[in-house]
Amino acid sequence: MKLLRYALLLLAALSFIYPFVWMISASLSSEQGIGSLTLLPVGLTISNYTTVFERIPLGRAFLNSLFVALVTTGLVLVLGAMVGYALARLRFRGRDLIFYLIIFTMTLPFQITLIPNYITMVKLGWVDTYFALIVPFVMNSLAVLLFRQAFAGLPQALIDAARIDGCSELRIIFQILLPNIVPTVLTITILTFMGLWNEALWPLIVIRDESTMTMPQMVTLFSVGGRADAQLGVKIAAAVMLALPILIVYLFFQKHFIRSMASSGLKD
Amino acid sequence: MKKQIPYWLVSPYLLYFAVFVAFPVAFSVVLTFHSWNIISPMTFVGLDNYRRLFSDRLFWQAIYNTLRFLLVHIPLQIVVALALAEFLNQKIRGQAFFRGAFFLPVIVSGVVVTILWQQLLGFNAGILNRGLTALSLPRVAWLEEPGIAMYAIALMATWKNVGLYVILFLVGLQTVPVQYYEAADMEGATAWQKFRYITLPMINPTIFMVVVLSTIGGFSLFIEPYIMTEGGPLNSTLSAVMYIYKQAFQYYHMGYSATLGFFFALLILGVVAIQKRYVEQEN
Repeated sequence: MKLLRYALLLLAALSFIYPFVWMISASLSSEQGIGSLTLLPVGLTISNYTTVFERIPLGRAFLNSLFVALVTTGLVLVLGAMVGYALARLRFRGRDLIFYLIIFTMTLPFQITLIPNYITMVKLGWVDTYFALIVPFVMNSLAVLLFRQAFAGLPQALIDAARIDGCSELRIIFQILLPNIVPTVLTITILTFMGLWNEALWPLIVIRDESTMTMPQMVTLFSVGGRADAQLGVKIAAAVMLALPILIVYLFFQKHFIRSMASSGLKD
Repeated sequence: MKKQIPYWLVSPYLLYFAVFVAFPVAFSVVLTFHSWNIISPMTFVGLDNYRRLFSDRLFWQAIYNTLRFLLVHIPLQIVVALALAEFLNQKIRGQAFFRGAFFLPVIVSGVVVTILWQQLLGFNAGILNRGLTALSLPRVAWLEEPGIAMYAIALMATWKNVGLYVILFLVGLQTVPVQYYEAADMEGATAWQKFRYITLPMINPTIFMVVVLSTIGGFSLFIEPYIMTEGGPLNSTLSAVMYIYKQAFQYYHMGYSATLGFFFALLILGVVAIQKRYVEQEN
């Protein structure tokens, strides 16, 4: 019975790992070798990768993705901490109203705001700029709620002592309290960064200029736009390069990824 | 000054809410009464968009496709995730390895997963069909057959998301007090009885969450059919968001596209509310 359980778990684990291993090995195989199911590349070559870079500026897209994800995640942390702190530790009129607005925002399906938000970008002249990729994501309702929850759990004495020392509220948030809620900061960083790194729909809508495109968008257009010329290896190599950065981070922070994603699901 | 501090701190949220939530919701309602290609001025068309919507074959097709997706995706996801969570919820070596493996597709972009599965599902050289051939079974036209393509995408989406639900079910399973099982053992209950009368009622909230998240996911499907099939064959994988996208950015029908978005959003909220009511009655 126990053996059967292990066998099934192992089979399941393999069905999740094997396709990724196959993908990496196929990306290093010659076009004729891709059909093989082995774990090692057939006719080892990096020509698929060099072809990708000949056809599309994927290096530029990588930098764009990195820039957008880093700046936005930073802003989500700063702004989320400010709002979360105010909701958790300060008393003011309208506080409950803001809390309900956040819940409303979280339940609102994005399908309703998609087209109007695109029009806002057009009217602001932000189409084909980094602003369009960053600004709509700098405030994140889930991040605010997670910060609010974390700040609410800290002792009031910490804040009182800082106030007596004459600290400003911003210093209290970022210097005194934030170091005490590092796990929450890590959770929000992972969720935001991963979400932005993988986002394809919004960039497809607001970016047409190749030099501003993010990686998922460029890989998508490459694989549906015919520029991969039906060459499987090239398409797969592009996909590997899109997956690799997040997979590498995942190898180091595996537990945190799982915990963060679980907490985002449980918030519902 | 002191009194204003909280308002300064929350002001970024209020600004964001005004620009990216309140305005677009209000403007989307305005758009549903207009015809607009973004370049020339808007023209008021009354209820034309609504009339068109109800007689639009592709609008209904997108809903039908989403329902077919959910029909496979939801049960499969619950059964597989629950089974794997049950297996993991024992004294077992390699917990971290198994969780880490199940979670791999969850963290990777849907773009990657779709390109990967395009190869797995290929008719001639795809791994799935070669497996079928090896078992001397007929090959399946996973992506070429209108009656199958959406189910193939549902299978892929399950593979991508199931790791997350395994973790959520594990959390749920661990809230069940061990004493319940011990008491059941004393009464001589079978494994199935324990699952049916102890585990299942206790993890009902998690099942509900999976159903809700999957439903929202089904109506949000975009990049998967966009890359895999471009909505085909014969619009059989045209999803709700893909149709919004098509109307807006292929035909520049902003008014009609906003009407679609408005209705799909209402539909999502309606379905989720019904699911919620159902669960509350059950308890």
